[in-house]
Amino acid sequence: MNPAYSVILFTTASGAGYGLLALLGLVGFNHGPASSFGFGATAIIVALGLVTLGLLSSTFHLGRPERAWRAFSQWRSSWLSREGVASVATYVPAVLFAATWTDLIHAPQLVAPLGLLTLVMCAITVYCTAKIYSTLTTIRAWNNAFVPTIYLAFALATGASLLTAIATVYDRFQIFQVAVAVAAVVLVAILKFLYWRKIDGAERSHTMAAATGLGAGVRQWEVPHTSENYIMKEMGFAVARRHTMKLRNAVFLLLLASLIALAACQLTPWFSWIAAPAIVLAAVFERWLFFAEAQHVLSLYYGAETA
Amino acid sequence: MTSLPAPQPNQKKLGLVIDLDTCVGCQACVTSCKEWNTQGYSAPLSDTDPYGTNPSGVWLNRVHGYEVKDEGRDDSRVVNFPRSCLHCETPACVTVCPTGASYKRAEDGIVLVNPETCIGCKLCSWACPYGAREYDYTVGVMKKCTLCVDRIYNINLEPEDRVPACVKACPTGARHFGDLGDANSPVSQLVKEREGYDLLGEMGYKPTNKYLPPRKRRDAVTSRQIALPKGDGSAMDRLFGWADRLLSGKISTKLTMQEDYSDKLEG
Repeated sequence: MNPAYSVILFTTASGAGYGLLALLGLVGFNHGPASSFGFGATAIIVALGLVTLGLLSSTFHLGRPERAWRAFSQWRSSWLSREGVASVATYVPAVLFAATWTDLIHAPQLVAPLGLLTLVMCAITVYCTAKIYSTLTTIRAWNNAFVPTIYLAFALATGASLLTAIATVYDRFQIFQVAVAVAAVVLVAILKFLYWRKIDGAERSHTMAAATGLGAGVRQWEVPHTSENYIMKEMGFAVARRHTMKLRNAVFLLLLASLIALAACQLTPWFSWIAAPAIVLAAVFERWLFFAEAQHVLSLYYGAETA
Repeated sequence: MTSLPAPQPNQKKLGLVIDLDTCVGCQACVTSCKEWNTQGYSAPLSDTDPYGTNPSGVWLNRVHGYEVKDEGRDDSRVVNFPRSCLHCETPACVTVCPTGASYKRAEDGIVLVNPETCIGCKLCSWACPYGAREYDYTVGVMKKCTLCVDRIYNINLEPEDRVPACVKACPTGARHFGDLGDANSPVSQLVKEREGYDLLGEMGYKPTNKYLPPRKRRDAVTSRQIALPKGDGSAMDRLFGWADRLLSGKISTKLTMQEDYSDKLEG
C-alpha cells in the first residue's frame, strides 16, 4: 500500500494527541484540578492541537472534503464512520475536562468524571481508527488483532512521552509519568516483534491461480495499461525486503534509546526531551512500514504469485 | 445506505458472464465502457495528460493478459482477462463506506456509487479484492462499473441495445449479461454448462459475475494431423495415390497418411 506521508503524519499526530489527552484525563481523575495553570493549559493545548491537526488534515485529504459531514451517517456498518462519530464525540468531554481541569470553569467535582470519560472516549476513538484497517480482509498484514492493540499502545507511548516532556518544563515531573511511558514502550516493542514475526511467517494462501482461476501454470503476460493508474499508485507499492529490515531495526533502536532516556530521567527529567522525539520518530517509521509492508490481494492480478 | 439490503425471495442478481475462451483481448469492451460512461448519462471518466508522456485515466473495465502453461504440455497459451466489478452479493466495498454513497440495489443487486454523496476517501477501493473501484482525481469521487444501469432499463434505447455497453460491443461474444439469480436464465445455463467460476471465492464476498474457463485445446501435433488433407477413398484418389508413390519411388501402402511436411510448413 502506498505510504502517503500525509496519512502517516496525521495518524501518528492524532494517536499522540489522544494518548496525551487520555493520560491527562487519568491525571485529572486521580488528582482533581491541575496544580499549575501553565502546565494544564499547555498540555491540553498540545493534546487537543495534535488531535485537531490530525483530524483536519485527514479531512482535507478527502476528494470532496466539503461533504465530510456525510461520513457520520453510516456508523451502523462502517468503522470509518464510527471513527468520525467517536472523534467528534470525544471533543465534548475533552473540552469540558480541559475547562474544569485548568479551572477556567470552576467545577472541581466534575474533573474526575470528565477525566475518566475523556480517557474512555480517547481509547474508543483510537480503537475505531485501527479497526478501519484491521477489518480489511484484502490486506493480510492488517487483518489481525495486533493492529488495534499496537495503535493503542503507540498512542499511549507517544502520549506518555509528551506528558513527561511537558511536565518537565513546568516542574510537574512525576515518576509515574515515566513509569507509564516505559511500560508503554516495552509493550509496543513486544507487540511489534510479535506482529512482524506473525506477518513474516503468515501463509500466503491467495494465489494468482485462484485469483484468475487459470490454474497453477499461470503467469502475468500483459498489464492492461501502458502507464500508471490509480490502482497501482495506491496499492502497487512494494518495498524491498532489505529496506524494511533496516527500518524495523531503526524502530527497535529508537524504542531502546527512548527507554534509556526515560530511565535517565531519574538523573534529570530533561532526558524526557530525548525520549519523546525518539518515540514519536519510532511511531512515524512504524506507520510507514505498516503501509509499505502491506500487500493488497489485487496485486495477484498484476503479477504477484501469492498474497 | 451501506448496510446490505436483506435478500429478497427470487432475488434478481444481474451480472456478467465473461468467457475467457473466446476473449481475444481486442479491448472493445474497455473502450465502449469508457465511451458510454463519458458521453452517456453519467459524469465523464477523466483522463489526465491524455496526449502527453504520462497519461493516466479512470477506466471501469480493464483487460489483463496471462500466459498459461498447462501441466504436461510444453506449449503455453495467452488468456485475455477482462476485469471489472463483479457486483458481489456481500460486498465489503459497500459496508466500509462511511457516507452511504456506496450501495447495493435491492431490486437487482447492482452495486453503485452515488457521485453526489461520495467523499472520495478511497476506503472502498482498499476493501475490494478485485480492484474494481478507481478514484477519479479530477472530480474527487470513486467510480466503478455500473452494469450500465442507465442502459438496461433505458426506454430511449432499442430493446436489443438495453444491455451493458461492453456486452454489446464484444465482437466475439465473450461477454454475456443476465440474471444469475434465475437458474433457468441463459446466463445461468451457460455457467452451468461451461463450469463458470468465482474469482477469489474463498474471500467470501460471493461475486455475481462468473468467469468461463478456457476450453481444452488441441496440441500442435493433433492440430497438424487434423489440418492435413485426407483422401476421399474414391477409386480416382487411390489411382493417383498409387501413381504418385510409383513415380516417387516410395513403397508405402499408407493411403491416408502423406509425407510428414511439418518441417517444411511455414509459421
